[in-house]
Amino acid sequence: MKFRIFTIASILMVILSLGLAACGPQEEATEAVVEETEEEVVEEAPTCENYVLVPKNLGNPYFDTGNVGAQEAAGELGITVLYQGSATADATEQITLLNSLIAQNVCGLAISANDADALVPTGQAAMDAGIAVVTWDSAIAPAGRDIHINQAELAGIAQIQLDMASRLAGEDGGQIAILSATSTAPNQNAWIAAMEEMLASEEAYANLELVETVYGDDDDTKSYNEAQSLFTKYPDLEVIIAPTTVGIAASARAVTDADLIGQVFVTGLGTPNQMREYVKNGSSPEFALWNPADLAYLAVYTTHALATGEITAEAGQTFTAGRLGEYTVQDDPELGLNVLLGLPFVYNADNIDDFDW
Amino acid sequence: MKSQANPQNTSAATISERATRRSLTDVFKNWELLLVVLIIIVVLVNTRLSPYFLNAKNISRTSSDFMEIGLMMLPMVFIVVTGNIDLSVASNMGMSASFMGLLHNMGVNIWLAALAGLALGTLGGVLNGYLIAKVKLPSLVVTLGTYAFFRGIAYGFLGDQAARNYPAKFTYLGQGRVGGSLIPVSVAIFIGLAIIFGIILHATKFGRHLYAIGNNEEAAKYSGVPIDKIKFSLFVISGFMAAFAGLVLAARFGSTRPDNGTGLELAVITATVLGGVDIDGGKGSMYGAVLSLLLIGLLRFGMGLVNIQSQVQSTIIGLLLIVSIFLPHIGQRIAANKATRFRWKTVLAVVGIIALFVLFFVFFFWSRAPVLAEI
Amino acid sequence: MTDQETSIGKQVPRQKLNLLELFSRFREVGIIVFIAILVVAVSLRAPSFLTINNLTDILMNISIMIIVAMAQTMVILTGGIDLSVSSVIGLVAMMVGFTLSANSGIPDIAAVLLGIALGAVLGTFNGLIITVGKVPPIIATLGTLSIYRGLVFFYSQGTWINAFELPQSVKLLSKGKPLGVPNLIIIALLIAALTFIFLKFTRVGRNIYAVGSNADAAEFAGIRPQRIKLLVYVLSGLISGLAGVLWLSRFESAQTNSALGFELQTVTAAVVGGVSTSGGVGTIPGVLLGALLLGIIQNSLTLIQISPFWQLAAQGLLIIIAVVSDKLISKRIVRSK
Repeated sequence: MKFRIFTIASILMVILSLGLAACGPQEEATEAVVEETEEEVVEEAPTCENYVLVPKNLGNPYFDTGNVGAQEAAGELGITVLYQGSATADATEQITLLNSLIAQNVCGLAISANDADALVPTGQAAMDAGIAVVTWDSAIAPAGRDIHINQAELAGIAQIQLDMASRLAGEDGGQIAILSATSTAPNQNAWIAAMEEMLASEEAYANLELVETVYGDDDDTKSYNEAQSLFTKYPDLEVIIAPTTVGIAASARAVTDADLIGQVFVTGLGTPNQMREYVKNGSSPEFALWNPADLAYLAVYTTHALATGEITAEAGQTFTAGRLGEYTVQDDPELGLNVLLGLPFVYNADNIDDFDW
Repeated sequence: MKSQANPQNTSAATISERATRRSLTDVFKNWELLLVVLIIIVVLVNTRLSPYFLNAKNISRTSSDFMEIGLMMLPMVFIVVTGNIDLSVASNMGMSASFMGLLHNMGVNIWLAALAGLALGTLGGVLNGYLIAKVKLPSLVVTLGTYAFFRGIAYGFLGDQAARNYPAKFTYLGQGRVGGSLIPVSVAIFIGLAIIFGIILHATKFGRHLYAIGNNEEAAKYSGVPIDKIKFSLFVISGFMAAFAGLVLAARFGSTRPDNGTGLELAVITATVLGGVDIDGGKGSMYGAVLSLLLIGLLRFGMGLVNIQSQVQSTIIGLLLIVSIFLPHIGQRIAANKATRFRWKTVLAVVGIIALFVLFFVFFFWSRAPVLAEI
Repeated sequence: MTDQETSIGKQVPRQKLNLLELFSRFREVGIIVFIAILVVAVSLRAPSFLTINNLTDILMNISIMIIVAMAQTMVILTGGIDLSVSSVIGLVAMMVGFTLSANSGIPDIAAVLLGIALGAVLGTFNGLIITVGKVPPIIATLGTLSIYRGLVFFYSQGTWINAFELPQSVKLLSKGKPLGVPNLIIIALLIAALTFIFLKFTRVGRNIYAVGSNADAAEFAGIRPQRIKLLVYVLSGLISGLAGVLWLSRFESAQTNSALGFELQTVTAAVVGGVSTSGGVGTIPGVLLGALLLGIIQNSLTLIQISPFWQLAAQGLLIIIAVVSDKLISKRIVRSK
C-alpha cells in the first residue's frame, strides 16, 4: 500500500514538473503572441473576425431564433459568429464556458447573461484580454461589459403589457395576476417592479387590481401548476400577465384545459409558434415581444463595431446596423451604456400567421 | 450467471461482487494509473487540437471553475468510502452563501457574515449527521430531503435579491492569485486541504475506520469502531466544507444568488466515483479522486476550447463514467471466460440486443430527419 | 392513532406478521395520519382546497409521478435506483413528438406503443450496464441521465415540439374525460393496480422482493438475481416511455428540458411512501400515499399563501418530518413489541 502511494506520488511529481516545464516557456511565448495580436487588433482592426453569440442556454427556440439574425449579420459583415452556450441556464456553467471562449482569444462576445452580478468578474477578464463584450436579452452589470443591447425600454415593456391587460379586462377592469419566471431573473423583476409602479400611479390602470405575483421558474410544469392555483385562489381573476415565454404558453394551456376561455385571458411576452394555438382559440388573444432575430442582429453589429474600433464604449457614439438603420450608444444611470432596439411588437390573430419561429 | 461462468466459484458465492470488483485492479494494475494515463492522453490530444490549451494563464483561469466541486468532493470521498452519500452538498452551499449574503446586505462585517455562513453550513451538516447516525435513517433518504430543504432556505433568505459588492479582500478568496504567481488562491487552498484529507484517509486510525465501515459495518461495530460518532462527524465535516465552497463561489462571483451552484452535487459525485471510490463503500483513494477532478477539468476545458456543445460535454463525461467501470469488467470477464464453451443462446442474445439498439438508432435518425429538414 | 396501534397489535398473533411487514403496514397508516392532519389544517385556512376542481388538479399533477414512481419502486425494491427516468421521459416525448408532427394519421395507440418500445430499449441499456457490466445502479443511471439528456439535444437540435404540431386526439389522451374523470388519472391508477398485482400475486413479482432482501439467498433458492434486475430496468424504461407519451399529451409540448429533475421527485415519492433504499421493503399503496402526500404539500403551500420563496424549504422540511416521524413511530412499535 505504502509503496503504491509512493509510486503514484512520484509519477505525479514527474508529470507535474514536466507539465510546468512545458508550460513555463510556452506561456511566455503565447503571451508574447497574445500581445502581438492585440497590437494588431488596434492597427489592422478589420482582420478580427471570430465572434461568439452566447445564449442563456442552448436548446431554447428564443435564442435559436436570435442566432438566425446573428448569422444574417455575420453574412453581411463577412465575419464568423459561433453560437455556443451552456446546457442549462445556469451562471456557474456559463462562466466555465466563457472562460474557454476567452482562452481562445475571440474578437467579441455577445452574451445573454444568466446572472447579472456573478458574470461581472468574467466579463472584466474578457475585456482585460481585449475582447469586446456586449450583452443582449439579459445584461451583465455595467462593470462587466462594454455595451448592453436593450430589447425595449423597461417602461415600454411594462406599459405594453398593461395596455394589453387593460384591453383584455374590458372597460370595467378587474383582477390581474403576474406569472413570472424565476424569482431571481433580473429582466422579469425589473418589468414587474415597473408594472407595479404604473398600476399604482397611472389613471388608465386604476381599475386593474394586481392580486399576486407567482413564479413558474421558467419550468413548464411548475408554471402550469401555478396558473391552476391562481384560478383556484381567485375565482374572479380576469387576466394573467406572464412576462416569460415559458410561463405564457403554460398559462394559456391551463386556461384552455380548465375551460376558462373567455373568462381568464393570458397575455404577456411569448413567441408566435408557441402561442399560435392559444391566440386562435381565444385564451390569449394578444401578446407582445420584440423580435429576437433583430436583437441578436443588432448585438452582432454592435460587437463588431466595438471590436474593429468603429465605435468606442462611450455614450453618444453612433453606428449603422445593416437593415435596422442607425443607432446611438446611450448612457443610463442604471443600465449603463446601452443601445435601444425599439418598441416591442404586438402579435394577434390578424398577424400571427406571418411569423414562423 | 457468475456461477455459470466459473463453476468452482459457486461455493464462494457469498463473497459475491466485492471480490469480483477488487480483481479489476489486476487488469489495469490500478485505477489511479489508469487515470494518469487518461490525463496524459487528454493533455496530448488537447495540445494538438487547440493552441490555447497549454497556456498557463488560461489553465489558471479555468482551474478555479472547478474548485467548489473539489472542495465538496474531499469530504464526499470520506462519506462514499463508508458506503453513504450526501446529495445535499450543493444545496447546503447555496444556503450558507445566501445566509452570508443576507447578513452582508444587512450591513454586517463580511468576515463575521462569512463565519455565520460557515456556522450555518456546519449546522446543516449536524442535521444530516443526526438523522443518519442517531435516527438511523439511510443517508440517501435524509440528504434527498435536506437537498430540497437547504435550497429552499437559500431562496427564503435572499428571494429575488442578490447580495453584491463584496469587499476586494473577500473576493480575493475566489478571484485572487497567490503572491505574484498564476496559482489561484482557491486552488492553493484546495491542494492544501486535499493533502490534509488524504493524510487523514490514508494514514490515520480514523481513515482506517472509514474503510472498515464501508467494507462491513456489522463487523466494524463488533471490532469496536465508533460507527455513529464517525458517521455524524463525516456529515458535519461535509456541511462545513460545503459552506466553505459556498464562500469561495460567492467570492469568485463577487455576488450571491440563492440558485448558485444548483446541480453541482452530481458533478461532485461523478468526480468521486470516477476517481475509483466504490459507491458501495470500502474502496477508493483520495489521490484517485483528485486525479479524476483534474481529468474532468482538463477534459471539460479542452472540449470547451474546441467548442463542443455543453450537452455533448456532459454526455461524454457520463459515458466516461460508465465506460470506466464497464470496460475493465468486460475485459476481465472475457479473459476469465476463455475456456468456456461456445453457446448459441448467448450468441443469439447478443445478436438480438445489438439488433435492438441498431433498430433504435435507425428510428432515431429516420424520425428526426423530416422535422429538421423543415428548419 | 391508538385505535390503529391496537388493531395492529391484535393482528400480530393471528397472522404472525414479521417485523418488516409490521413496519410497512404501519408506515401506510403513518402517512394517512399525516395526510389527514395536513388536509384538515389546509382546508381550515383555504376553503377552496376541498373543491372537486382542486382535488382533480392535485390528482392530475401527481398522475405522471405515480406512474413513474411505480417503476422506481420496482427498481428500488431490488436494491437499485433509476435516476435516468427523467431523461427517458424527455427523450421519448421528443422522439414521439417529432414522429407525430412529421407523419399525420398515426393512430394514438401506435404513438403509445412507440413510446413504450423506445423506453424499453433505453431501459434495456440501463439494465445491461448494471447486470452484465456490473456498474452500480446509481452510477450507471447517473451516467445515462446525462447521456439520454444529451441525446435529446442531439436529436432535436434545440427544436421544440409545440402544441399546434400535435394532433388533438393525442392531447385528449391525458385530458379527455369519457369516464367523468380525466384519462390520465385513470391510467395512473390502472398502472398502480397492475404493478400491485404483479408484485403481490406473480412469482416474478415476489422474486423482485426476494432479490432485494438478499440476492445471495435468492440465488440459492433458484432465482436468477441478474435476470430479475435486468427485468426491472427494462420495465422502468418501458413505463417511463409510456410516461413520456403522457407527458407530451399533458403538456402539449416536448422541450429539450422536459422533465428535467423529475427523477428525484419519483425517488422521493417512493421513499416517503416507505420503500427502503436498501431493497426488499415497500408496498404499492404506500408509494401511492407518498405521491399523494407530495402532491398535497405542493398544492397546499400555494393555496395557504406561503411566500413562494419559502415554499421549497417548507416542502423539504415536511418530507424530512414525514420520514423521521415515521421512523420514530416504527421504532417505538418495535420496542413495545
